[in-house]
Amino acid sequence: MISRILGVLLLLSGSVAAQITYERHLRTGDEPQNWLTYSGDYASHRYSRLDQLTPANVANLELKWVFQAQSLEKFAATALVVDGVMYLTQANNHVVALDAKTGRVFWIYQYSSSPDLRLCCGQVNRGLAILGDTLFMGTLDAHLIALDRRTGQPIWRIAVADGKAGYSLTMAPLIVKDKVIVGTAGGEYGIRGFIAAYDALTGKEAWRFTTIPGPGEPGHDTWEGDAWKTGGGSAWLTGSYDPELNLTYWGIGNPGPDWNPAQRPGDNLYTNSVVALDADSGTMKWHFQFTPHDGADWDAVQVPVLVNGNWNGSPRKLLYWANRNGFFYVFDRATGKFLLGRPFVKQNWAKGLDDNGRPILASLPEGTPVYPGVQGGTNWYSPSYSPRTGLFYLSAWDDYSTIFIRQQMQHVPGQRFMGGRARSGTPPLRRGAINTWTEEAGHGAVLAIDPATGERKWAFTMHDVTDGGILTTAGDLLFSGGREGYFFALDARSGSLLWKATVGGQVGSAPISYQVDRKQYVAIAAGNVLFAYALRE
Amino acid sequence: MTGCALVAAATVAVAILTGPLIAQQHAGTYTAADVENGARLYGAHCSSCHGADGALVAAVDLRRGLFRFGSSDEELARTIARGIPGTAMTSQKFSAAELHALVAYLRSMRDFGARAVAVGDPRSGETLFEQKGCFSCHRVRGRGTLFSVDLSEIGAIRSAEALQRALSDATNAVAPQRRFIRAVTSDGRVINGRRLNEDTFTVQLLDDQGRLLSLVKSELRDYTSAKTSPRPTDKDKLSAEERAHLTAYLAALKGVQTGPVTR
Repeated sequence: MISRILGVLLLLSGSVAAQITYERHLRTGDEPQNWLTYSGDYASHRYSRLDQLTPANVANLELKWVFQAQSLEKFAATALVVDGVMYLTQANNHVVALDAKTGRVFWIYQYSSSPDLRLCCGQVNRGLAILGDTLFMGTLDAHLIALDRRTGQPIWRIAVADGKAGYSLTMAPLIVKDKVIVGTAGGEYGIRGFIAAYDALTGKEAWRFTTIPGPGEPGHDTWEGDAWKTGGGSAWLTGSYDPELNLTYWGIGNPGPDWNPAQRPGDNLYTNSVVALDADSGTMKWHFQFTPHDGADWDAVQVPVLVNGNWNGSPRKLLYWANRNGFFYVFDRATGKFLLGRPFVKQNWAKGLDDNGRPILASLPEGTPVYPGVQGGTNWYSPSYSPRTGLFYLSAWDDYSTIFIRQQMQHVPGQRFMGGRARSGTPPLRRGAINTWTEEAGHGAVLAIDPATGERKWAFTMHDVTDGGILTTAGDLLFSGGREGYFFALDARSGSLLWKATVGGQVGSAPISYQVDRKQYVAIAAGNVLFAYALRE
Repeated sequence: MTGCALVAAATVAVAILTGPLIAQQHAGTYTAADVENGARLYGAHCSSCHGADGALVAAVDLRRGLFRFGSSDEELARTIARGIPGTAMTSQKFSAAELHALVAYLRSMRDFGARAVAVGDPRSGETLFEQKGCFSCHRVRGRGTLFSVDLSEIGAIRSAEALQRALSDATNAVAPQRRFIRAVTSDGRVINGRRLNEDTFTVQLLDDQGRLLSLVKSELRDYTSAKTSPRPTDKDKLSAEERAHLTAYLAALKGVQTGPVTR
């Protein structure tokens, strides 16, 4: 009997120890075998401290297992890995728990979504968040759901917004302390976006930051008339968190209608901005708008990368940001002070940036090709920062343009609110097995940028454009993929190609690395399949 | 212009030029305003997934009427309104007039924005196609060579205006991704062919010997794609009448209807 009680106690203590506490989130660097949050850590470096894989042995990577989604939609999610178990989302908001060593499935949770969805770009979900023994997922019908990570059973489900009005949730939530924070997609439907925090235990709303200020609120004077009511300002990518400043950082999406700025005079705050929000209250500490009065759909929806570095010889809390508008920025993340801005791809819309980082617009007649094009110089593709190389890495679309046809448009709730169309030289959101992209229309690239100057250190150019995110590792490797269906490893210092594998489908998410039984894995999703690689025995 | 049926020029010539095609698929009539409105709606709501030419989603080619879930006007309008469950095609909130306009545009995509051109007699065009030596490079329904594009279904995807333009301007008629390429292997062998597919590391082509080849770029001594067409311009070789006949012949090439097609 005593041994049985001891056994139960051991089991309980084991279970408690295995819980993903907030403290574990604060110290993800202590457990590089796991991948506990969308970008790997609160600073969003997407950098793994595992160093088993190196330039010398990466050529010996072999495929260990694959997981085929029961869906034809492409994977956009980053998986979480917790003590040997991988948690993954597949379309349409289904959650899978599987053995991270073998790919064998423990359970699948099948979400019953409203059929009445209003989506921009397919049945996208970028993954889960975890706290304690609970997984959190935002859904395409604009709900937030909590699941028991051992059984896949729902614990609570709340409505975050009205899906039929164009709101949807695609980002992986961010956990801070006892709260789950999410933002809404829907910038193509004339929504009024927001970021909100919910109590992880109950789902009760703790705070809400509305991205488009209403009458009487600071920033409302950057709108005229009723345009703010349909002003967009989605937030569809996981933010970052600085525990010392207690600030969360988020990128805000495009104004609505996307392509007809004449319909919404003014700067249109806080669209296309980074906002720093207090983690406990949601109060905005500072903001910076990358592209005021945007007409090119250049959401500032990129992953904020937080680095404690030096600026002009003094230690500084920095924020690195490669924006969709084609400029790389550095900020002081405590104050929001603009420190540096420099184009990283061909651009013709701005003559430059002024001392405060505000763009000095070039005069482009209507019908002129705009560089970069509508998908931007980069987009939501995860960047990476390696503390070993000190370089910032991103996936870029270089030397391509779009011509915007602008049209007056009346807003109808639940209907797309684009304000025209984009044409000429614009690659579509997807591609099939045959390449329709050509060398003279531009190309994709992995770029390494020196954050001190914004200069390119090296570029790995691709024939087609790329939606693949980037992972760097302590072995000085860089992993990424692209639309062509390759997964590859580069030397993080030189950019030279060290290894590649054909994965047969478009890479639309970012790699992760984890370790099980002393073996380092790298996992990548391509098409509707997830692949896990490790060194040959 | 003797022997040519000259199509009257109109702001939107679509309805006239696509008359026979439309007649096969629906009984409705569309106004130019419907088509214009449909084009606007398509650009705003559909093109990011289906592509400007409507051929981007696998096994669907809107431009040539290749649909997965019914092809009558009613079925198309229903699919657009309700979406296709489990796919990226979600339900959309359109009025009846907007659905009508979208269907009107889908029926007219191939010829939207095309100018009216002179279209002659397809049989005379076929004879000219042979006499002018077109088969020495092109292939139609299994006849001819593989050097250049197989034209068996060119009429289903190109407007009459585009076909006539291609007759005059061979270089710009070649889609950039289908250009002629020349590769030299490390042992000095020269390979000429037409590009079928390409990525950062490899290129797939149909060479002038009719072989499907896949080459690794890093193993090549030289690799270039031609920005011009080897076909001489026909400007001085074809009369306006001959060009109209050839246009009629090409416009009538609609392929063999077998369902989803290879591209």
